[in-house]
Amino acid sequence: MLTLKMFLNGQEVSVDVEPGELLADVLRDKLGLIGTKISCGEGECGACTVLVDGKAVDSCLYPVLKAQGREVITIEGLGQDNRLDTIQQAFVDKTAPQCGYCIPGMVISAKALLDENPHPTRKEIEEGISGNLCRCTGYYQIIEAIELACERLAEEGGTG
Amino acid sequence: MLEARGGEARIIAGGTDLVLQSQRGQCLAKAMVDITRIPGLDHIEERDGLIYIGAQVTHGQVAASPLIRSRAGVLAEACGSVGGPQIRNVGTLVGNVVNALPAADGAIALFALDAEAEVAERAGRRWTPIATLYAGVGLCTVDPCTAMITQLRFRALGKGEVGAFERLAKRRALVLPILNTAAIVGLDGDKVEKARIAIGPVAATPFVATEAAEVLVGRTPDEASVTEAAELAAQAAQPRDSLLRGSAEYRKAMVEVLVRRALWRAVEGASLQEGEDANS
Repeated sequence: MLTLKMFLNGQEVSVDVEPGELLADVLRDKLGLIGTKISCGEGECGACTVLVDGKAVDSCLYPVLKAQGREVITIEGLGQDNRLDTIQQAFVDKTAPQCGYCIPGMVISAKALLDENPHPTRKEIEEGISGNLCRCTGYYQIIEAIELACERLAEEGGTG
Repeated sequence: MLEARGGEARIIAGGTDLVLQSQRGQCLAKAMVDITRIPGLDHIEERDGLIYIGAQVTHGQVAASPLIRSRAGVLAEACGSVGGPQIRNVGTLVGNVVNALPAADGAIALFALDAEAEVAERAGRRWTPIATLYAGVGLCTVDPCTAMITQLRFRALGKGEVGAFERLAKRRALVLPILNTAAIVGLDGDKVEKARIAIGPVAATPFVATEAAEVLVGRTPDEASVTEAAELAAQAAQPRDSLLRGSAEYRKAMVEVLVRRALWRAVEGASLQEGEDANS
């Protein structure tokens, strides 16, 4: 066992881990953050996407020790006090989720995109979520939700 | 550190391939040595006409690099096609070489650029053409339990020299290629001065179609010469029947199509540059 320290959703956390463990498993099984989903388990679907130092990564392929000292943001880190974050609210308003399983990963990928590029073209949005598979929606509502989030964020003046 | 563990520890960088190999029992190392925080391995820089890329540099960083986009655009295109954004944020270009797969997008562009790798091992450091590191499908002669590739280098593309990367796959992202190719064409006036074509996966290692490229040299890049080169490339390629990728026959026919597309795009880019030169 080793003790891993990371900044998770804005708070410093310490957790005992085995060297071979993966970030997705530690988040879900040891830290109870089950918003991060595991589907393919091999980096093909993006359901497990989280931010590490602001970059979207597949947490199912990410050795947990790589997160030592880094800032990790999961879907639980968005919004506050039962108030949805702007991207999440846009997903709700555009009825982007159907079964919902891919949505935490989609929202995190959308956040990674908008933090870096607040005014993406439709093609850039498509590229931004190209690492996330959705088997229900055909992606249109998801893309529209991200476009709506862009507009609202521009009005709010930031990606807070 | 590797030496202290006597071959039981191996290098890990991004780990996007290694974690899977490890889960499938294909990696027997008892410990991993993560190189992603070692200083001095994160560079993308040009010195004396050569571009150097360190072992920590991810596909995403290569694809977004202004230097690579302007002086080796073919590599930026190739790295931008790997996996999806999440994989590109973690997986490294050097890892693409160490895994030695004949389909690796980044590696195919590196073969077209005739890249070299710096290998650090017990005896010291040496530069060697990346082609010498490939021993078969997934077999790299650099043993990650005793040595590592510290950086890559290749000549930056000059004036009138442009590359293009083309890929055929079932989807646009998150899927291994049925075929991929990188072609570089250098023009002197309206004649081809040099050309290089790399194709994957049509052999056990990334394949460089030498004859196909040579047939272009000294000629005007027109319909006839480009078609001839693409046909020669298809003849030389030896794709296998594959349940994932399609029949050998289909893939051989598609090699011609992809190589022709890549050559045309490279020729158009190079002609534009030569045209600018003539007008200035």
